[in-house]
Amino acid sequence: MAQDGAVPNPTREHRIILRYADLPGYTPDIDCYLQHGGYQQLRKALAMDPAAIVAEVKASGLRGRGGAGFPTGTKWGFIDHAKNRKPVYLLCNADESEPGTFKDRQILYKDPHQLIEGMIISSFANHAHLAYIYIRGEMARGARILERALAEARAKNFLGANILGSGYDLDIFVFRGAGAYICGEETGLIESLEGKRAYPRIKPPYFPAALGLYLCPTIVNNVETLCNVKHIVEMGGAAYAKIGTPNNTGTRIWCVSGDVCRPGYFEYDGGAITMGELLYDVCGGIRNGNRLKALIPGGSSAKVLRAGEVYRIRRKNAAGAMEEVEMRLEDLPLDFDTIAASGSMSGSGGIIVMDHTRDMVECLDNLSAFYAHESCGQCTPCREGALWMRKVLDRMTGGQGRPEDPQLLLDLAGQIAGRTICAFGEACSWPVESFVAKFREEFESKAVAKEEQGRLQATH
Amino acid sequence: MVAPEQPLLPGEEVLGPEFERKAEEIIGQYPASRRSASLPLLHLWQEEFGFLSERAVEWISTKLGLKPIHILELVTFYPMLHVRPSGRINFKVCRTLSCALAGSHELFAQIRARCGATVAAGHGIYVSPDGSYSVEFVECLAACGSAPAMMVDEEEFERATIDTVERILAESREKEAAQGA
Ligand SMILES: Cc1cc2nc3c(=O)[nH]c(=O)nc-3n(C[C@H](O)[C@H](O)[C@H](O)COP(=O)(O)O)c2cc1C
Ligand code: SF4
Ligand code: FES
Repeated sequence: MAQDGAVPNPTREHRIILRYADLPGYTPDIDCYLQHGGYQQLRKALAMDPAAIVAEVKASGLRGRGGAGFPTGTKWGFIDHAKNRKPVYLLCNADESEPGTFKDRQILYKDPHQLIEGMIISSFANHAHLAYIYIRGEMARGARILERALAEARAKNFLGANILGSGYDLDIFVFRGAGAYICGEETGLIESLEGKRAYPRIKPPYFPAALGLYLCPTIVNNVETLCNVKHIVEMGGAAYAKIGTPNNTGTRIWCVSGDVCRPGYFEYDGGAITMGELLYDVCGGIRNGNRLKALIPGGSSAKVLRAGEVYRIRRKNAAGAMEEVEMRLEDLPLDFDTIAASGSMSGSGGIIVMDHTRDMVECLDNLSAFYAHESCGQCTPCREGALWMRKVLDRMTGGQGRPEDPQLLLDLAGQIAGRTICAFGEACSWPVESFVAKFREEFESKAVAKEEQGRLQATH
Repeated sequence: MVAPEQPLLPGEEVLGPEFERKAEEIIGQYPASRRSASLPLLHLWQEEFGFLSERAVEWISTKLGLKPIHILELVTFYPMLHVRPSGRINFKVCRTLSCALAGSHELFAQIRARCGATVAAGHGIYVSPDGSYSVEFVECLAACGSAPAMMVDEEEFERATIDTVERILAESREKEAAQGA
């Protein structure tokens, strides 16, 4: 049971978003949701002024859970409702395709009404009358669950015209992607929803809050982010802000996969648990009695961290003054800021663990195959560079490495990041830069031709 | 074009009223732009007929008042859209890191061997010579914590093994036997 994180860790875990999802007997039906207090926050929100809800979300300090950690209230504040004359759209990013991330799927499949309630409140707060859930195409089952849940919500007038007699109208529809990772990037998502190839738009000017869906103001938020809004309305922004640490408020769902004994997803207050505690106490340590070699802390685009590393972290101490402390990888408290200070990012919360038997060139080759496949192809540096890096890595794992390869990889990665339309450019070069820099010796030893065939790519 | 002069499939020349009704319902969900219904209609067609023929591109573009290229460019961009039928049972195995660490590449090889999926059908899809089975790699399926992840048609499987595959094959044989009887 605990294998997939289905049972909350009784000691430390603090489940808000996943509070009911794994409860025995809890179903995605609306009746079950209502029995557990569902849609009470919607009633509360509809009695509030939309601007007051935005103010609560700002006060809560909520940061987006989709990857970049942008403050949600600030994003919502970009739309000037006094001036705006166009329709506003709210889009839920349920594309969840960042390797290592598997939290949103749990929410969608097990507690869809929590998301729907969060979306209705968020739509109301942003004056949106039409919202879409962009769900990745592979989750056909999730799309069916959501459609059923939306029909249930409509039947009870939580959706539709004049919701609960408030005079507010809203509908939400499900839109299925079709297998392209770039649809998770917010402007790619918008293009896809407009019936086009998911080519990201250049920002500026295409910040969704100004020029989003059909060039109207649009809010794009992640599944977990939108669920949090419901709880902010419930407890109030100030109370929510007390959970976790300043700038890392609320809980976060961490997904752990790879070489640990008990992989799974776990919800903790911001900064309440360290990397070491999560890996060793919660996930049972490294599997097969092996040792930790490296981990990627925030989905596959995040820079890799190496076992034994020590980081100099600048942070505010209790008195509010800045201090610099030394921390080992295991001591890093899990939050946005500390992981960023370690030189990586907490991104989407997906932690991928590699044990000491793993070949880092092969692991990177695997990830590079992903990026080479998923580049949308608009920008030459990304399209050509991602494929080129993959070819070099394939060659190295195939035993045909050349002495210049490690440097070639670094040069290629350096030519992509910062030169592209969207952040995919960084996403595909950060793993390469960090793997080569931190495991230089392995890349150098593979940079000499020898008969070898990668284990992770043996059949590809 | 999609594929040279494909014959219509049975039923494809007459799209039943139910199909038309579903299509209209989908279009109704995008009041600001019919074009937004492109991908949903492609999904609808593929669910009904298994793959997207030239006729699909024509029909959808006419329905939405678009040029065929607007639909065709989606077909060639999105990996889930197919212009050829895949096997009667299609295995999608996750190839990305967490699953690879848990042996998904070995599983892929086992499925290929078990199903005799030896014919490379482009885009990394392998099909058995009689067209019964196909196997393909897909990217991370958002089930990395219970790797390896696999999909069979639209059903998701976690911690998949060759035993899972055997069970699925046995079940499908039973179903067919029952239908044949
Ligand atoms: C290449 C790329 C892929 C992304 N994939 C996802 C995704 O699958 N899910 C997601 O919520 N955000 C994803 N994002 C982030 C979104 O662009 C966007 O920042 C996010 O949906 C905003 O929501 P939030 O503010 O609630 O985090 C991706 C970004 C990039 C650059
Ligand atoms: S960076 Fe890559 S994924 Fe992003 S727009 Fe350019 S080519 Fe497409
Ligand atoms: S890596 Fe296979 S499901 Fe994520």
